[in-house]
Amino acid sequence: MRRDSGGRIDRSRVLRFTFDGRELTGHPGDTLASALLACGVRIVGGSVDLGRPRGVFTAGAEEPNALVRVGDEPMVPATTVELRDGLEAWSLRGRGRLGPALPPGGARPVPGAPSGAAGRPGTDRSPGAAGRPGAGAPPGEPRHDKAYLHCDVLVVGGGPAGLAAALAAGEVGARVVLLDDQPEPGGDLLSSRVLLDGGPAPDWVSSVAARLAALPEVRVLSRTTAIGYHDHNYVVAVERRGGCRLWHFRAGRVVLATGAHERSVAFPGNDRPGVMLASAARTYANRYGVLPGRRAVVFTCTDSGHEAARDLAAAGVEIVEIVDPRRDGSLVVGTLADREGALAGAVIGGAAGERAAACDLLAVSGGWNPAVQLFSQSQGRLRFDETLQAFVPHLSAQAERSAGACRGVYGTAAAVADGFAAGSQAAELAGVREREVFRVPECDEPAQSPPAALWTVPARRPSPDRPAGAAGTAPAAPDPSDSTAEAAHGPGAGGDAEAFVDLQRDVTVADLGRAAGAGLRSVEHVKRYTTAGTGAEQGKTSGATAVGVVAALLGVEPGQVGTTTFRPPYTPVAFGVLAGRDRGALSDPIRVTAMHDLHVARGAVFEDVGQWKRPRYFPLDGESMAEAVERERRAARTGVAAIDASTLGKIEVVGRDAGEFLDRMYPNTLSTLPVGSCRYSVMCGADGMVLDDGVITRLAEDRYLVTTTTGNAAAVLDRLEEWRQTEWPDLDVSFTSVTDHWAVVAVVGPRARPVAEALVTDVDFADFPFMTCRESRFGRVFRISFSGELAYEINVPRWFGAALWEAALERGAVPYGTETMHVLRAEKGFAIVGQETDGTVTPQDLGMSWIVSARKPDFVGRRSHSRPDTARPGRKRLVGLVPDDPREVLTEGAQLVASPGGRRMLGHVTSAYPGVALAMIRDVRAGDRLFAFDARRGCEVPVTVTDPVFHDPQNARRDGDPPDVRLEPVRGYGARSALAGFGGRFAAAGSCGAMIREVPLVPMREARGEAPVEERGRKGLRLGPDWWLVVGGRLVAGGPPGVDVSGQRAVVRLSGPRAGDVLMTGCRIDLHPAVFTVGAHTRTLLARVPVVLHRIEPDAYLILVCSSLAGYLAEWLLDALEGL
Amino acid sequence: MQLIECPWCGPRDEIEFRYGGQAGIAYPKDPAALSDEEWAGYVFMRDNPRGWFHERWFHVHGCRTWFSVRRHTVTHEIGRDPGSPRREEFG
Repeated sequence: MRRDSGGRIDRSRVLRFTFDGRELTGHPGDTLASALLACGVRIVGGSVDLGRPRGVFTAGAEEPNALVRVGDEPMVPATTVELRDGLEAWSLRGRGRLGPALPPGGARPVPGAPSGAAGRPGTDRSPGAAGRPGAGAPPGEPRHDKAYLHCDVLVVGGGPAGLAAALAAGEVGARVVLLDDQPEPGGDLLSSRVLLDGGPAPDWVSSVAARLAALPEVRVLSRTTAIGYHDHNYVVAVERRGGCRLWHFRAGRVVLATGAHERSVAFPGNDRPGVMLASAARTYANRYGVLPGRRAVVFTCTDSGHEAARDLAAAGVEIVEIVDPRRDGSLVVGTLADREGALAGAVIGGAAGERAAACDLLAVSGGWNPAVQLFSQSQGRLRFDETLQAFVPHLSAQAERSAGACRGVYGTAAAVADGFAAGSQAAELAGVREREVFRVPECDEPAQSPPAALWTVPARRPSPDRPAGAAGTAPAAPDPSDSTAEAAHGPGAGGDAEAFVDLQRDVTVADLGRAAGAGLRSVEHVKRYTTAGTGAEQGKTSGATAVGVVAALLGVEPGQVGTTTFRPPYTPVAFGVLAGRDRGALSDPIRVTAMHDLHVARGAVFEDVGQWKRPRYFPLDGESMAEAVERERRAARTGVAAIDASTLGKIEVVGRDAGEFLDRMYPNTLSTLPVGSCRYSVMCGADGMVLDDGVITRLAEDRYLVTTTTGNAAAVLDRLEEWRQTEWPDLDVSFTSVTDHWAVVAVVGPRARPVAEALVTDVDFADFPFMTCRESRFGRVFRISFSGELAYEINVPRWFGAALWEAALERGAVPYGTETMHVLRAEKGFAIVGQETDGTVTPQDLGMSWIVSARKPDFVGRRSHSRPDTARPGRKRLVGLVPDDPREVLTEGAQLVASPGGRRMLGHVTSAYPGVALAMIRDVRAGDRLFAFDARRGCEVPVTVTDPVFHDPQNARRDGDPPDVRLEPVRGYGARSALAGFGGRFAAAGSCGAMIREVPLVPMREARGEAPVEERGRKGLRLGPDWWLVVGGRLVAGGPPGVDVSGQRAVVRLSGPRAGDVLMTGCRIDLHPAVFTVGAHTRTLLARVPVVLHRIEPDAYLILVCSSLAGYLAEWLLDALEGL
Repeated sequence: MQLIECPWCGPRDEIEFRYGGQAGIAYPKDPAALSDEEWAGYVFMRDNPRGWFHERWFHVHGCRTWFSVRRHTVTHEIGRDPGSPRREEFG
C-alpha cells in the first residue's frame, strides 16, 4: 500500500493503468512494479516450469519474477517499466510460444473458433484473464535508431561512484558520457535515507547533476542501459526515448560504476510472493513511498539488511523479527503460504528449534554480487573475495577501471571517493590533466561488517507428524486463517526441491544436487544441465548463488568453481532496436543507374545484382517474362535493341607502367594493345582460377579502361590496389573507379548502326572496326559485343545518361534487360563469371587457352596452370547442351549422368534457357548423349552435348546489316543531376534544425601524387596519401592530368544546428568540432555507404557520395530528419 | 568492433577495413622455378597462430591504403607494425 508521504513520486497526479484487465492507479515516478505493490497486487505471474505464483522480487533490471507484457513488448520486467497513463500490462504464464504476440494468459480470439479453443496449451489462466477484451493488436511500431559517439571517459552507472567519476573527469575538461538506466541519476542514493553533508542524499545527487549539466563536454544519458562491452572500449547501450536509440560508444577510458545486485538465500519456499530482496523492499519504501508489506521478517546475512529493516520500520512496517545467522546462527528455513500461495509466514530455525512467524513480507539479504557483467564482457578476469563472499574484478583487459560497489567497495562515502579517483585517473590517462578540488561528502553511514557466507540453508528432515510434500507448513501455525491453505506445488516437493536458486528458470538446490550427482563439475556444464542462469535476467540474482551451492556440493571454494561466461546483452534487447532504421527501403544500400527512374516508369521488372537494381525485362501489357524475353531477344537478333549497361565496373588504369602492370595481372598481353583498341581478358587468382572478366581498352599510351562484372567491380579494384601497393610499389600506375561516372547504353542488333550514328554524331561509324573505341565530344563509344550481334556501347557522363537512353529508345531501340542479355550471351557461348565459374575453373577449362599468352614469362596465376591438378586431363570443361525437346528449360545446377539412373556425376548445368544450356562437364565430346537429372521434377532429361557456341559460330553477324536509314541525329544531351527528383522533398524537410540540398552537377577530377593538387585556386581534397579529389572549378579538355570523375559522385549539403545530430546516427568517426574541424575532410562510411565527408562550416557539411547510391542516401537523410 | 589504426586516417572502426590475411608473404620472384610443393606453399599455406600475428589490412572505405599490423588473435590487442606494408620475399 502507498505511504502517505515520502518517496520520489508525484502524488498530485494519478496515472491509470490496467494489469490483466484490472483497472489500477499509480503516480508519476512509479514503476509498474511499485504501482502494483502499492495497489496490493502480490502475485504478478506464474513461474515458467512449475507454475508457482510469483511476485515482485527486486526493484531493478535483475528482476527474475515480475515479467509482464506491455503493449508489443512481449516480456519486460515490471521493475523497469516506467508507469504511464493508459499503460496496459499482462502477466505471463507458462512458457509462451513462438508466433505473433498473444495476450499472455489468454489468446487472441480466433474468429469462428469455439471459445477457449485458442487458449494456450500448457498454461494456466489467471482469474483475471477471463473475459478479457481482444488485446494484442500491434500498435504503430516505435521508431528506433542508432547513434555513434566518441568520448574521453565513458562512465556506466549514475550512482554515487558513477556521479563522482563523471564529475571528476568532466570538471577537468574531459569529454564524458554518463549512462544511467534510471529516469534520474542517483542509483542507490535515491533509495537511501543516509545524510550526505547533513542533507538528504538526493539533494547531493541534484547538486552533482547540476554541476554535470553545466559542463558542455559532459553528456548524461538517463534511461540508458549499457548492454555490451566489446573490443577496444566499444560499448553499446540502449536509450529508451519513445523508441529506443542504440548507442555505440568508443571511449578512451571506461569507468564501470554498475553497482551491485543483492542476492537471496536458497531456503525452502524462498520464491513466494512476499519474499523480496531487502534492498528492494527498502527501495519501494523510500523511493516509491510504497509499503511492500505490513509485517516483515528480515532475513539478512549483511549489514545492509539491518539498514533495510530500520528504513522499513521508519516507513511504518512492523518488523516482526530480524534473523541474522551471524548473530546466533538462526536461519529462515521455510515459509508459509496463504490460499493463493503468497507469503503468510516465515519458519525460523535456530538452536531452540523451529518456530513460525506470521508476516506478509520476508526481506532477504544473502549478500551482494558486484555487477561485473560488463567488466567480464570486456574480457576482464574475476577473483572470489573471501571477505565479501563475492566475485570482484581482478585484472582488466581494456582501458577500464571499476569503481564503487561493482568492485566491492561498499558504503556511500567510499563509493564516492572511489568513483572520484577513477574519474580523475581516467581523465588523466585520456590525456586531460588538470586537477579540480573535490570533497567527498560526509556520510552518517555506519561502518560495514562482512556478510555471512551463506548460500543455502541445510535441508530439514520432514518431521513425522507432517505430511510429505507440505514442506514450508509451520509446525505450529500461529494464525490458522493465514496458513492453513498451504498450496503444495508438485508432488514430493519440499526441502531442497523448493529452495530456489534461479527463480526465473525454476532451478532449485535439488536440481543443482542432481547435476553434481550426475558428475558435472564445470559450472558451465551445470548451467546447461539445469538451465540455471539462462533466463532473461541471465543469472543476475542467481549466478553467484548457483556457484556457491555447486561449490558446497563439490566441497571446494566458490573461487575454484568460477563463474559462467557473461555475454552481451546485459539486458534483453528487441531485434527491432538492433535493426534501428535499417529496415524496409533502408535495410540495405541500393544502387541505381542514371536511367533508373525511366526504367521504373517503363514498368521494368528489376533484379538485384549485388546492391544494384537492374531491369530484368521490360514487359508490355500482359506479357509474361518468357514472352517479354522472346520479344526482346528477337529485337536484338533481328532489329535493334538497347540495354542499360551502366552497372559494369569501370576502372581507369593510368601511369607510365600501366601496360606492364596489366601484363602482370592478366593472362594476355595488354602492353602491346594499340591505342583505341579493346581486348577481352579474364583475371585469375594466384591459384589460377578465374576471378572476373571484362574488356580492357587502351585509351592512351599511359591509360587503360578496365571493365569488370557488375558484382566484382569493388573486388577487382581492391585487388589491383593490393598488388600495386604490396608487390610492385615501384610501378607508376594508379586506379580510379569511374563506374558511376559513366552511364552506358549498349545499342545492339543488326540495325544498331543507324541508331548509334544518330546518338553519337561526331564519330565515323564507317571506319569503326570490331574491338575498337572512339572518343566523342559526348563521351566514348566501344564496338564490343556480348551478344554476337553488331553492338555499340555508348558511354556518356552520368549526368547525360537518362537523355541518352531516351534518345536511343526514341530511335527505335527496344529496351531489354538482364534476362535477355543472359539468353543472348548463352546462345553465343559466353561464360559468366560466377555462373559458369565457381572459383575452381581455369581459363583453359572455359575453352580460353587462347587468352593465356605463351610469350609472357609470368602473370598472376600462371604457375598454378601447370600444377598437377589444373594441368591434368579429365577436368570439367565448358560445353553446350541441347535438350531433345526444344521447349525444354533444363534446371541450373542439375547433375549430368551418362545413362538414366547413372551414379557417376559428370558435371552440372550452369546456365539454362529454352532449348539451350551451358554446362561444365568432364570426359565428353560433342554429340555425346547425356541425362540431366532434374531433382525438382524427379526425372532425367535427355540432352546432347554440343559446342558451347550455338549462335553464329563464324561470327558472320558481327558487323550487322548495312545501314539503310538515317535517323534524326541528336544535337545534345540535357544534364540531370543524381538527386534532381528530391528537390521538393529536401525543401519540405528543412524545418527541424537541419537542411539538405543537392549541389548539382559539380565537376570533379581525381589526381594522384603526393604533392598537393591545386587547380584555379581550388585546393584538392586529399583522400589518401597520394589520392586527390578536386571539387568544382571548370574542367577543360586537355587540362591537367588526372581522371574526370564529374559524374562519379553527387554532392549533398547538410547544414543547420542539428546537422551533427543527423550524421551521428550513421557515421562512426569522431565528429567533435575539435577533432573534425572546419575544413576537415575524410572518406568514411555514412549510413553504411562510402562517402567523402567535408566539414565546410561549423554546422555545414558536404557529403560526396557515389551517384548510384545518392538516392539511397537521400532517403536515409530524409528519414533521419524525420526522426529529429 | 575493433579499432584499427590506419597509418593515414588514424583509428577507425573495423567495418571500414578489409582483412588482408597474413603479412610478409611475397610473390615469388620466379614462380616457374618453384616446385609444385613450394608453389602450393605460397598459394595455400598460411600461419594460424594463437597469439601475435603479423597481418595486413586494407582501409577500403577510407584512404585505400594497405598496411600491416601486429594483432593478438586471442585478446585482439593491436600493436603498431614497424615494417612496411610491402610483402617480404617469400622464402
